[in-house]
Amino acid sequence: MEERLRRTMMFVPGNNAGMVKDAGIYGADSIMFDLEDSVSMAEKDAARMLVYQALQTQDYGDAELVVRVNGLDTKYFRNDVFAMVKAGIEVIRLPKVESAQMMLDLVKVVEEAEKEFGREVGSTHVMAAIESARGVLKSLEIAESTDRMIGLALSAEDYTTDMKTHRYPDGAELDFARKMILHAARAAGIAAFDTVFTNMNDVEGFKRETEYIHQLGYDGKSLVNPRQIDWVNEVYKPTKKEIENALDVEAAIEEAHQKGSGVISMNGQMVDRPVVLRAQRVIRLAKAANLINEEGEYIEE
Amino acid sequence: MEIKQTALAGTLESSDVQITLSKGQGINIDLNSSVEELYGKQIKKVITDTLAKYEITDANVKVVDKGALDCVIKARMMAVIQRALGTADQPNWEVL
Repeated sequence: MEERLRRTMMFVPGNNAGMVKDAGIYGADSIMFDLEDSVSMAEKDAARMLVYQALQTQDYGDAELVVRVNGLDTKYFRNDVFAMVKAGIEVIRLPKVESAQMMLDLVKVVEEAEKEFGREVGSTHVMAAIESARGVLKSLEIAESTDRMIGLALSAEDYTTDMKTHRYPDGAELDFARKMILHAARAAGIAAFDTVFTNMNDVEGFKRETEYIHQLGYDGKSLVNPRQIDWVNEVYKPTKKEIENALDVEAAIEEAHQKGSGVISMNGQMVDRPVVLRAQRVIRLAKAANLINEEGEYIEE
Repeated sequence: MEIKQTALAGTLESSDVQITLSKGQGINIDLNSSVEELYGKQIKKVITDTLAKYEITDANVKVVDKGALDCVIKARMMAVIQRALGTADQPNWEVL
């Protein structure tokens, strides 16, 4: 899978013309147009048309474009997938996934649409939202279901209902799901997205939760409000020390290349692959946070 | 194509447009927009172009524009046409 930053995945209600139009201006890493829960039954067709037209004409910059389609068992599913594939969406997010088979069922329709509309077969990626106990327990098979997978997302509202609990400030009720989904995603080499935090008045709670999922190793978080983007980016911002260390690692790699040596060493110690990978991620994060320039120089504040 | 029933799509929220489509003779557009002087012609063009794509020659179109972009007008037109034709569940992929 292509390595890219996915710190923030912003939900955009698919039938809201103003929000669909403006979705690109907030700097989210991924924009997720929603055709599912935020759209009433009577407006499913209109939302699908709106997102379709917006994808054809609006400039969303570098953001990865994702759409959440209606579930496999709904009458909207097939039309949603066809319209979004025709529009050239990058990623289709399937809700309420509980098995690898569900992803394969999605992929079958995606492939049909790719052929129908002359899109390259395999060019549309997919991701799964995990929203139930069964989904959590099956998360590895879901993560490994298809080469098109880019990520797993935890959806806590349905999940906590399924678990006969609700959300608490400390998030203990989500601990197992968070760790299970993250492990499945990492084992499969795909991204992991944490659930939304809907209480906009509890900024401290949001930050605490983001710090926690950052520590666990999540790529990022699904968001319901553009205000949350900066808060997440702040948590994911590497420290000066981390950046300097990453730049040293890069320099060591460069030196090893120039010497034609396969072994990278820094300060007399061998630098192994995990250190290199971590350094590369730090540099990507630092660039995204405008802390280093394209030449890899630290920008002093 | 013939309109089967009066239909409505879109909202009165900012950046949106609400369109009502009903049976008529010829194409009649009743446009209400705060930017009519500047963009009225363009809005009407999007509407007539979309009707033409669906081969609709007779319709009354009532349009309340709240500053919608062309892509929004087109999307709402397509939604209201498919609803008026009774084909909201069978999008016309060729027109899209």
